[in-house]
Amino acid sequence: MENRPLEYDYTVAKWFMLTTVVLGIVGMLVGVILAWQMAFPGVNLMAGEGLAEYTNFSRLRPLHTDSVIFGFTLSGIWATWYYVGQRVLKVSMAESKFLMVLAKLHFFIYLLVVVAVVGTLLLGISTGKEYADFEWPIDIAVVVVWVIWGMSIFGLIGIRREKSLYISIWYYIATFLGIAMLYLFNNMEIPTYFASGGIGNWYHSVSMYSGTNDALVQWWYGHNAVAFGFTVPIVAMIYYFLPKESGQAVYSYKLSLLAFWGLMFVYLWAGGHHLIYSTVPDWMQTMGSVFSVVLILPSWGSAINMLLTMKGEWQQVASSPLIKFMILASTFYMFSTLEGPIQAIKSVNALAHFTDWIVGHVHDGTLGWVAFMIMAALFHMAPRVFKREIYSKSLMNTQFWVQTLGVVLYFTSMWIAGITQGMMWRAHDEFGNLAYSFIDTVTVLHPYYTIRAVGGTLYLVGMFLFAYNMYKTMTSSRRVEESELQNASPMGA
Amino acid sequence: MFHWLEKHPFFFAVAVFLTIAFAGLIEILPNFAQASQPVVGTKPYTTLELAGRHVYIKNSCNACHSQLVRPFKSETDRYGHYSLSGEYAYDRPFLWGSKRTGPDLMRVGNYRTTDWHENHMKDPAAVVPGSIMPAYRWMFKNTADIDTAYAEQVTVNKVFAVPYNAEIPMADGTKATVALAATLDEAKAAALEEAKVIAADMKDQDVKDAVAAGQVPEIVALIAYLNSLK
Repeated sequence: MENRPLEYDYTVAKWFMLTTVVLGIVGMLVGVILAWQMAFPGVNLMAGEGLAEYTNFSRLRPLHTDSVIFGFTLSGIWATWYYVGQRVLKVSMAESKFLMVLAKLHFFIYLLVVVAVVGTLLLGISTGKEYADFEWPIDIAVVVVWVIWGMSIFGLIGIRREKSLYISIWYYIATFLGIAMLYLFNNMEIPTYFASGGIGNWYHSVSMYSGTNDALVQWWYGHNAVAFGFTVPIVAMIYYFLPKESGQAVYSYKLSLLAFWGLMFVYLWAGGHHLIYSTVPDWMQTMGSVFSVVLILPSWGSAINMLLTMKGEWQQVASSPLIKFMILASTFYMFSTLEGPIQAIKSVNALAHFTDWIVGHVHDGTLGWVAFMIMAALFHMAPRVFKREIYSKSLMNTQFWVQTLGVVLYFTSMWIAGITQGMMWRAHDEFGNLAYSFIDTVTVLHPYYTIRAVGGTLYLVGMFLFAYNMYKTMTSSRRVEESELQNASPMGA
Repeated sequence: MFHWLEKHPFFFAVAVFLTIAFAGLIEILPNFAQASQPVVGTKPYTTLELAGRHVYIKNSCNACHSQLVRPFKSETDRYGHYSLSGEYAYDRPFLWGSKRTGPDLMRVGNYRTTDWHENHMKDPAAVVPGSIMPAYRWMFKNTADIDTAYAEQVTVNKVFAVPYNAEIPMADGTKATVALAATLDEAKAAALEEAKVIAADMKDQDVKDAVAAGQVPEIVALIAYLNSLK
C-alpha cells in the first residue's frame, strides 16, 4: 500500500474536457456566423424571416462572447484545475468524498447555468453590459458555482501532502479571488419586480451604478475579466504543462515571482484604458495608459520564463506538435501584451478605439494564446486521463497549421480594417469638412471582413479536427502503460 | 517572505486579494459621487422611452453603435457636442458601447426623424445603400413591455431618488417635469398617448392598428427612445 503511487481521480476533469470541446465549437461556430454576417448581411436571414429575431447578429453576438469566455475558457480552466490541482498538491480527489461530491455539484450546476444563459441570450434577456449580460437569477447561480469552486480549491489545498504551493496554484487562487471580486461588484443590481411591489418581469433588474460610474465599474470588470479569465489561469496552465511535456525545469523561480506579484499589482489599474477620451476623469485615463505600458513587464516576464524553459531543447518544437502549440501560445501572449499597451497610448487609442483593430487584438490574444494553450493542455491530459495515446500526431500538425493560418488572416485583416476606418473617420478635405460619410467607412471594409471570415472559418475547421482527434483518443487509440507517460505525450502516427 | 506565503495558503490568498483590490479602491471610489450629478437639461426617461431603451438592449444595439462622442473635431463635426459626464446621470446601464460598426447614436434625436427610423429599421440598405445592418422587422410585430419599464421607473425613483415629478432646469432657463404615474394603469395610458404621437408619423398599417387598439409595438417604443437622444 505504502509504495503504490497515488491514483488520481479524473472523473470531473473528463467532464469539463468534454464541455471545453463542445462549447468551444459552439462559441466559435457562432463567431464564424457573425463574421460572415458582417461580410454578407444576407446571412442574418439564414433561417428565414420567421426566425430572423434569433439568427440575427444582435442576438448571436453576446452568445458568441459569453460562450467562448464562460463556456470554452472556463471549462478549460476547470478541466485543468481538476487535473493539475491533484497532481501538484499530491493528493487524490478520491481521498475525500466531500470534495468529490462538491466537484460533481460544481459541474452540474455549471451545466444548468450554461443552458439558462443560452436560452436567455437568444431571447434577448440581458442587462446590456458586455460579458456581464446575465440577469440576476443567473448571477446568483454563477456565484454559487464560483463559491463551490473556491471550496474545492481550498479543500484540496487543506488536505495536501506537498506543503509548498506550486506556481500554477498561485495563479488558480488569483483567478478565483479576482473574478469573485470583479463579478460581485460589477453585477450589483436591483430586481425591479421586488422593488416596485410586483410589477413587470420578475427577472428584470436595474444597475446600482449609473452612467459614467457604471462605465467605470464595467471596464474595471471587463478588462480584468480578461486578466483573470484569459491571462492568469492560462499562465497557470503553461507553468504546469510546458515543463511537464518538455521535461525541462522552469527557467527561473525569481522571474516567476516577479511576474506573478507584478501582474497582480499592475493589472487592475489598466482597466481605464477602455475609457480614454470618455467622460471619466482625465487622470484616470492617463493612469490606465501608463499602467497598461507597465503591464508589459510582468506579462513578458512569464512569457520569457516559459520560452527560456525550452533552452537547449528547441528541437522539441520541431518534433512535437504539442510543444509547438504551447510555444506559439506563449509567443502570441507576448505579441498580444505588446499590442494592448500600444493601443492604450492615448494618441493611438484615439485612432484605434471603436474600430476593428480592437477586435483583432482580442482575437490574437484569445485564439493565439488562450485557445492554443487550452487545447495543448487537453492534448497533454488526454493520454494520462484516458490511458491511451493521442490518436494522430499528423492530424495535430495539420490542425496547428490550419489554425495558425486562420489567426494570422484574422488579425492582419482586422489591423488594416481598423486603421483604415479610424483614418477615414477623422479625414478632412481642404475646406475642413469631413471627407467621408459614415457609410463610406463601412463599405470599404468589405474585403477585410471577408478575409476575417475565412480566417475564422479555418480556425473552426481546426476545432473540428481537434474534436475528432480527442474523440478517437478517448475511444479507439492504442492503450498505454503508466511507464509511457513520463514527459512527452505518446502519439500515434 | 514569498517562501513563507507559499506554504501558508490562507495568508497567500489574503496577500493576493489586497494586491488586486488596491487599484480598484483608489481609482473608483474618490470620483463616485461627483460623476453621478446630472447637467442642466438632463431629464429622466419617460415610460415609453425606457421601454424603448429595453428594446435597444434586448437587441444589443450597443454591440455596434456607441453613445459616446469623443472630444475631437472629427467627432463633433459628425455627431454634435462631445459627451459630458452628467448627461449619463440617468443611464442604468450606461450604453457607450465598445465598437462602432455603425455610427454613434448619442445625439441621433437631433438629426433623424420617426419616418427615417421606420424605413431604416424595416430595410436598412434601402435607406443607406451599402449598409450591413440587419433589418429588424419583428419589432413591428412584438409588443413592448410597458409594465417592466414602469417597474424600473418606480425602482429608480424610490432607490436612487431619480427626480420624477420634480422640476428640472433646462438649458434655455425654463423648467421641465417628467411625470411618474401613480399606478400601472395610468402609466400604460400615458405611454399609449405618447405612442399615438409617434404612430401618427409612421406609415406601417399594422403598427397604426395596434396603437389604435391600445397596444404599443416595440418599434414605437424604440423610436421614442431614439428621438429622446439629443
